[in-house]
Amino acid sequence: MTIQTMLSMLFGGFQTSLAIFALTLVGALPLGVLVALARQSRIKPLAWLMRIYISIMRGTPLMLQMFAIYFAPYYVFGIQLNPGSKWTAVVVAFIINYAAYFAEIYRSGIQSIPRGQYEAAEVLGYTGSQTFVRIVLPQVVKRILPAMGNEVITLIKDTSLAFSIGVAEMFSTARAIVASQVTMLPFLFAAGIYWVSNFVIESLLAALEHRLDYYHE
Amino acid sequence: MRANAAQQAGPADAAAKGQGAADGLPVVSLCHVRKSFGEVPVLRDITLEVQRGEVVAIIGASGGGKSTLLRCATLLERMDAGSLSYAGLEVARDEGGRAAYADKATVREARSRFGLVFQGYNLFPHWDVMRNICDAPETVQGRPKEEAEAEARELVRRMGLEGCERKVPCELSGGQQQRVSIARALAMHPDVLYFDEPTSALDPQLTSEVLKVIRGLAEEHMTMVIVTHEMAFARDVADRVVFMDEGRIVEEGTPEQVLVHPTQERTRAFLAHGKD
Ligand SMILES: Nc1ncnc2c1ncn2[C@@H]1O[C@H](COP(=O)(O)OP(=O)(O)OP(=O)(O)O)[C@@H](O)[C@H]1O
Ligand SMILES: [Mg+2]
Repeated sequence: MTIQTMLSMLFGGFQTSLAIFALTLVGALPLGVLVALARQSRIKPLAWLMRIYISIMRGTPLMLQMFAIYFAPYYVFGIQLNPGSKWTAVVVAFIINYAAYFAEIYRSGIQSIPRGQYEAAEVLGYTGSQTFVRIVLPQVVKRILPAMGNEVITLIKDTSLAFSIGVAEMFSTARAIVASQVTMLPFLFAAGIYWVSNFVIESLLAALEHRLDYYHE
Repeated sequence: MRANAAQQAGPADAAAKGQGAADGLPVVSLCHVRKSFGEVPVLRDITLEVQRGEVVAIIGASGGGKSTLLRCATLLERMDAGSLSYAGLEVARDEGGRAAYADKATVREARSRFGLVFQGYNLFPHWDVMRNICDAPETVQGRPKEEAEAEARELVRRMGLEGCERKVPCELSGGQQQRVSIARALAMHPDVLYFDEPTSALDPQLTSEVLKVIRGLAEEHMTMVIVTHEMAFARDVADRVVFMDEGRIVEEGTPEQVLVHPTQERTRAFLAHGKD
């Protein structure tokens, strides 16, 4: 197998990794906001439910969660699994797992906004949702950016966990080539691709942080 | 008296807006207000009315309940008992020793009638000066952007903040920040403006900038209630001085009466203590 074939197979797998990555962000970034708000809700049962959900998501391996979500429809509802089920299970597991982590970061960010900001907004007549969207959220974004950056970088690497359930992302592809071609090169290439992706993400985050550097509290 | 002069010479916007107040009702009226935090009574039967154009200074020792009174008047804190009205708009009334608050719409209407200037400014740090001043008129009152901005520029000028329009709060001195927060409150055209120790976080130089601006508002007959430790300022700007101690109004009257010839022992003790 030529290096070119190897690389093109790896990039094929990388597309799957990127798809998991992108879908997770698209789903978990907003879902995390809802979870964070529900976690702080005045409706006690809802707040408790969210606490338990977050605790389970953070307290058990993501790999186990993927399997649980993959098999749940069959064991709980007797629904027949099909070839697409694995992919769906991976994406759903990633989204609800990352939403829990994001929610905790959002929560710490929201709680770090001083009471005076809410009081000033209240006296000026802003509604609760106007206050959140216009005043609280933009400040939260700046405060949580470093912590979110860590999670996003972890997420790129975590996409390799989909390997365990048999979704052919980059790591699975690399392993398959390693096994059939008896060479370690694919692992080296894969490592390089993970690292370059994270380098790009780090640069984007740094640029965003720089843009938000125009003020401090 | 200033209160009478204000009826003819009050700011145009206030006169246009305060139809409800035109008939001589007090701009704000707090009656028999009580408030406790847990078991600790902080306000014990406070009654305070402020007439249009009047400047009231509230003085008193730390922990006397001055901030709590402003927070009740601005609906940041709920009274346990008593009533609260803004020029005939009844926000809370006393029902068998409990304060019963009006519906949400009334509360929202009441909020549009007052402004509050905080000791710590509480500007929105992610917005520049213009946005800090314009945003509530646009977002809350739905006023057109151009109108809100034109007015904000005028307020920037009146507050002596020219050149700061595009700066964010962290680039301003404390005195400038406090003047932005006064502009932010004025942009909403309140009937009454409350100040909670507006200068106590500032050094003497910056304090005088802010006091100058407040004095200017007093000359334009803006209705104001000012909690302050600046006795000299209270003396020359206020129409009425209220001395509060341990949750009660101990003495009130003209600055001359309260600050120069106090009749109550506690007022004398407070003033003597403050002077050394
Ligand atoms: N949210 C609160 N919870 C419990 N106690 C409070 C609360 N706010 C104020 N207090 C107490 O109420 C009393 C009156 O406080 P307040 O802040 O109104 O006094 P103040 O006259 O404004 O004093 P200062 O001059 O120090 O600002 C104090 O004993 C204070 O500890
Ligand atoms: Mg106070």
